[in-house]
Amino acid sequence: MVAAAKSALDVDAIRKDFPILQRTMRGKRLVYLDSTATSQKPQSVLDAIDDYYARYNANVHRAIYELGEESTREYEGARERIAAFIGAKSPNEIAFTKSTTESLNTIAYGWAIKAGHVKEGDEIVGTVMEHHSNHVPWHFVRDLRGAALKYVDVDDDGHLRMEQYDDLITKRTKVVTLAHVSNVLGTINDVKAVARRAHEVGAICVVDAAQSVPHLPVDVQDLGCDFLAFSGHKMLGPTGIGVLYGRADVLEATEPLLGGGEMIREVHLGTAEWNDVPYKFEGGTPNIEGAIGLGAAVDYLSKLGMGAVRAHERDVTEYALRALARVPGLRIYGPKSADERGGVISFTMEKAHPHDIASILDVEGVCVRSGHHCAQPLMDRYGLPATTRASFYVYNDREDVDALVAALGKVHEVFG
Amino acid sequence: MATGLYQEQILDHYKHPRNKGQLADATHHAGDSNPLCGDSVELFLRVDGSDRIADVRFDGQGCAISQASASLLTTLLEGKTLAEARSLGKETLLKDLGVPLSAVRVQCAVLSWNVLRRALGETSSATGS
Repeated sequence: MVAAAKSALDVDAIRKDFPILQRTMRGKRLVYLDSTATSQKPQSVLDAIDDYYARYNANVHRAIYELGEESTREYEGARERIAAFIGAKSPNEIAFTKSTTESLNTIAYGWAIKAGHVKEGDEIVGTVMEHHSNHVPWHFVRDLRGAALKYVDVDDDGHLRMEQYDDLITKRTKVVTLAHVSNVLGTINDVKAVARRAHEVGAICVVDAAQSVPHLPVDVQDLGCDFLAFSGHKMLGPTGIGVLYGRADVLEATEPLLGGGEMIREVHLGTAEWNDVPYKFEGGTPNIEGAIGLGAAVDYLSKLGMGAVRAHERDVTEYALRALARVPGLRIYGPKSADERGGVISFTMEKAHPHDIASILDVEGVCVRSGHHCAQPLMDRYGLPATTRASFYVYNDREDVDALVAALGKVHEVFG
Repeated sequence: MATGLYQEQILDHYKHPRNKGQLADATHHAGDSNPLCGDSVELFLRVDGSDRIADVRFDGQGCAISQASASLLTTLLEGKTLAEARSLGKETLLKDLGVPLSAVRVQCAVLSWNVLRRALGETSSATGS
């Protein structure tokens, strides 16, 4: 198969920026198709982290000396660039957390439970395609506040059944939450329409953007959401840093989870007054290297242009959908068209279990994920114990898809 | 030709499982699943009056490693006394599988052995018998 290379991105040049992609796996080129789990990191991100420790390591905020000013400037500079990256009106609408999971838990605990915005009998509308991290925090809200949970179903092609929102959203609805892009099906959901419906009844719209911010142009003003959560490590940044975006007024109306240093304005014996947003959510010394590394990742993606990133991934995905459809016994889940999905393809093969597929692909140097992808309710919906999942990012191209398809030929050889 | 993990023996046990099925008159029975993978294995033993395993079956679904391991385990149990079954270590099963396994895939391979321990009442969370 010829991998025609006409793309919005110069993948050969991009690959050179990622040290890990220079290594081989058992003598074969490393074909990394698991960026939905975590992305690889460009040299510029590694350098930014190294530079922080080598040149200006000091705790942020309140230091009088120059080093502390430098680290604070870089830490806050990262916040500013992240805010601009997703169209937030102010850097103060960006709180650093450790992950999408922590961001979603901050909304569930801090807004719904602790600030008391969700009361007994109120309703929360989710979807069956959510990652566990956008299911379980709402279970907590149900258990602690007596709220009811409702879920929008998916159709057989992996689209949300949007018409169900008409019945599920009621006057009792306080939260409508959904993934922007499914981590299993790749489905790109119409967040804008859902946010509009949520606001019609005075509910907030919470978006799990872990799989969208790394891959698509995301503008929170355009989406119209109230909260949006994403992780650094899925967008070329380091692990341990996540983002909670909240529109200024909802963030103000959210209580902090962690009490401690940094998150307070004043503390007296027995009383404390919270610091301003977003600092009240950043109790304790924050993940300074993480924020700086994520800032460098945002710079890298901004330079490529998120429109170009999306166009490139759409092309690779379309090519992969066509190539995989020709593999005997292979079934793809999710939307049929690359226009409706991100660069995530889950599939099963008739005679081989997803774990066996992943093991055989590993021998060929192809890294894919297999399992339930932390989305068991979705697996149950489709009656699947597991799938194999290949996902694409800026450093993948049609050649990687060809390597995947060739490796799947080995699966066929072994399992027939 | 199979590479790495998928040696002839594993594929043979996977494609042509020994002692697959259930026993209505089992004296010992347990099942378990590996939530990470969705692999599941059930084990049925019929032990006779002289404490000997007179019949053994397994049922289940999952990856080749988990199902081949269960099949192989039943062949190791055939005709053994309960005491011999109890002293069967997981190292023996892993060794007989004959392929090097990563930490994650070891979990697939020892699922059937864990089920055996439950069936023999060797763990507190036994589900059967």
